[in-house]
Amino acid sequence: MSPSDNGVSRRRFLQGSGAALGGLVLSTWLPGFIPHSVAAEVTAAGRLGDQAPRGYGAYVRVGHDGLVTVISPKIEMGQGAHTGIAMMVAEELEVPLSSVSVEDAPPDSDLYADSLMQFQATGGSTSTRHSWQPLREAGATARLLLIQAAAARWGVDAAQCEAREGVVHGPAGQQLPYGELVDAASALPLPESVVLKTPEQFRLLGTPAPRLDTPNKVNGKAQFTIDLQVPGMLVASTLTCPVYGGKLKAVDASAARQVPGVRDVVTLENAVAVTATNYWACQQGLQALTVEWELGEHAGIDSEQLDAALHSASSKDGVVAHSSGDIDAALSGAASTFEAVYEQPFLSHSPLEPMTCVAQVRADACELWVGTQVPAFAQQTAAAVSGLPLQRVQVHNQLIGGAFGRRLDFDFITQAVAIAKQVDYPIKLIWSREEDMTHDMYRPHYVDRLTAAIDAEGKLQGWQHRIAGASVLARYIGSLPESGVDSDAVEVAIDPIYALDSLQVNYIREEPKAIPVSWWRGVGPLRSTLALECFIDELAHKAGKDPVDYRLALMGQHPRAQAVLKLAAEKADWQTPLLAGQGRGIAVSAVFGSFVATVVELEVQADKGVRIKRLVSAIDCGLVTNPTSVLAQIEGGTLFGLSASLFNEITLEQGQVQQSNFHNYRQLRINEAPGVEVHIVPSSEDPGGVGETGTALIGPALLNALAAASGERLRRLPLSRAGYFPVKGA
Amino acid sequence: MIQLSVNGTQHQLDVPDDMPLLWVVRDVLGLTGTKFGCGIAQCGACTVHLDGEAVRSCVLPVSAAAGRAVTTIEAVGQSALGAQVQQAWLDHEVVQCGYCQSGQIMSATALLQRQPAPSDAEIDAGMAGNLCRCATYTRIRAAIRDVDAGGAA
Ligand code: FES
Ligand code: FES
Repeated sequence: MSPSDNGVSRRRFLQGSGAALGGLVLSTWLPGFIPHSVAAEVTAAGRLGDQAPRGYGAYVRVGHDGLVTVISPKIEMGQGAHTGIAMMVAEELEVPLSSVSVEDAPPDSDLYADSLMQFQATGGSTSTRHSWQPLREAGATARLLLIQAAAARWGVDAAQCEAREGVVHGPAGQQLPYGELVDAASALPLPESVVLKTPEQFRLLGTPAPRLDTPNKVNGKAQFTIDLQVPGMLVASTLTCPVYGGKLKAVDASAARQVPGVRDVVTLENAVAVTATNYWACQQGLQALTVEWELGEHAGIDSEQLDAALHSASSKDGVVAHSSGDIDAALSGAASTFEAVYEQPFLSHSPLEPMTCVAQVRADACELWVGTQVPAFAQQTAAAVSGLPLQRVQVHNQLIGGAFGRRLDFDFITQAVAIAKQVDYPIKLIWSREEDMTHDMYRPHYVDRLTAAIDAEGKLQGWQHRIAGASVLARYIGSLPESGVDSDAVEVAIDPIYALDSLQVNYIREEPKAIPVSWWRGVGPLRSTLALECFIDELAHKAGKDPVDYRLALMGQHPRAQAVLKLAAEKADWQTPLLAGQGRGIAVSAVFGSFVATVVELEVQADKGVRIKRLVSAIDCGLVTNPTSVLAQIEGGTLFGLSASLFNEITLEQGQVQQSNFHNYRQLRINEAPGVEVHIVPSSEDPGGVGETGTALIGPALLNALAAASGERLRRLPLSRAGYFPVKGA
Repeated sequence: MIQLSVNGTQHQLDVPDDMPLLWVVRDVLGLTGTKFGCGIAQCGACTVHLDGEAVRSCVLPVSAAAGRAVTTIEAVGQSALGAQVQQAWLDHEVVQCGYCQSGQIMSATALLQRQPAPSDAEIDAGMAGNLCRCATYTRIRAAIRDVDAGGAA
């Protein structure tokens, strides 16, 4: 895409999404679409930053009213990204947070690709880490230009001026608000470099700031994709083949067409869609269909078969992802060895807003309104399906009613465009919960097999770690690198916080039939953390050592990890004795650039009721942007992980997902939710990720606590598999 | 024709008797603050008030609401108690993605109307029908505890 295309699309985008945020009926972009030159756009807008759309203007615009628009490369999913990003800009631009509004960036991989993930996406706990440098630099650049413009106006040296609260102050007490300087600043050459504030100079970053997106989320005004209304739009809903890979064979739609409100029945390769004036009529229409499926090659597959294949794969060697020391020698020369196998199930994302997408396809253009973690991929798939060139596809990103990784995929967007292509009106595709849960892209089922070598003094020499499961990375980007190693799957495992004389990590890719896999909150580091933290706990018990002391002795290279482990233990009163039937479990990890430790204290009843009495976390995530968001993310992320650890497993029968709604894929409820105590370690290190850390730590801490309380070492999640269930009360 | 009162406004609607109230409110009246999460009374995202009581509108046929007062998230702030609950939600920074929160606020307001100073057990019982996938439960509990419903009533 050329820069000029981009200039046009951004402005159009901003207009469109502004309307959406205002809660108005969206005006469609299509009828008025005429490609402008960038120059025309600049004159029309004239904000500071408009003339540098590939420089600092990619992120920051200052209007003649002094109001600041931040263009966020990260979407808001409830993690507080928009607020954090606004704070970074406001800090350097020297404006109050209240004068900043946030827009989502349009699809533009060149400009907004994540520096860690290499493509334009929100996920992997990268929002703060990826934004930290460029957003602050953009704010600082704009501030410098505004100061220079004021200095020129007053005929003084820019070094004698300073900016505060959106106003430039001169040496003789002169003042000019930013809005009056926009035109002059826009004409200045860009500074060659900018100096960013040091943490001691922060006035905003690190202080608790109220979220910008929440007021409209308590009064019904916030609009998610499912709430959008485009003129002429109808609702669409689908019935997709219950077996992955299956196809539509035949459909009798005569009864469906009689349902009041139903407009069209649209067939796709693997699904039938009904469009209607409302969602209820769509569902009535779908129920009235007589559908015949070509179930395909996966129709006979059950979970047991997939389990067996994975278990046998976990004893193979696959490819070596990491090797240090000599694990073969260590194992063959060991006084004793210890093997344990940990297992984590297929999981659904099930965000509370099911998959939804508003799409319009016309002869000359396609327009999407959709909450997506990957706007550039959304644009590409829409172009491919509609047959239109990329620059004829507009994507208006929307607030997201939960994602947890689900909206890193765009299968539902592809489907919406395929339906919209067959009708001459915009459609709002809404998946039923059943459609959503049975056609997710699931967190893979994994088996981790660890074998440790222990010498005659009981000292740990090292371990071999075999990781078997589907490759999300390969499914997502099409293939694995030549090494054959899925870098996400082996993350953390190849670089544990424990000093080991020898370590070998083998990656065994075993693709399950009949079930597509994808990213799920915590991704590879979550899987590895569970295996490592349960294993090290078992080793500590075998050695007769306290689990905290045992870990600390091996963590000399990681003072930040040691610090969070000690803090969590101290705050959880680790040393205080407990009654019989009670126990504490701990886990610690270096994940997503942060260091986190979690302690679970629980009691196990004779009937396998589990009462969680305390949940304590400590995190060192480097410099904190907004402490309120850090606390909220750890609390929510921990309980999100607890919910999955207690209850969740997706299973297949005859190739069909058995769980369909929240009655048989149940979630933690408030009456089962323990409080979460979070302690933040002050730090001036670079910011680390937060959103997935709590989720990654709760599983192993829970299993370790269960073992301490009951003596039963569960090595497979969820707990409900073994008959455990949560009970509440002190 | 069904006679429906929503947020104080009377509507004459030509909709099937068995159409769930949720879809009448959302797709016919255009009040989209009330959300869809499951359609089977499992998640509470669709919670509205029917004569002040919290109900799951996804399983309530619109005919059952005829002649009764329906209140949705768009209007709950018009009562002093509803406004207090909304403010407590902001003060405690409860909201993450926000998708469940319309329903949470409707359930919390109905709970506080019944029990102005609920115990933790009463909060749990009153809110157990509302799932939050972002798991904001800790803050929901704190926000409800903080509402002085005696003062609002
Ligand atoms: S949508 Fe009504 S309870 Fe879930
Ligand atoms: S805030 Fe996201 S589901 Fe509750």
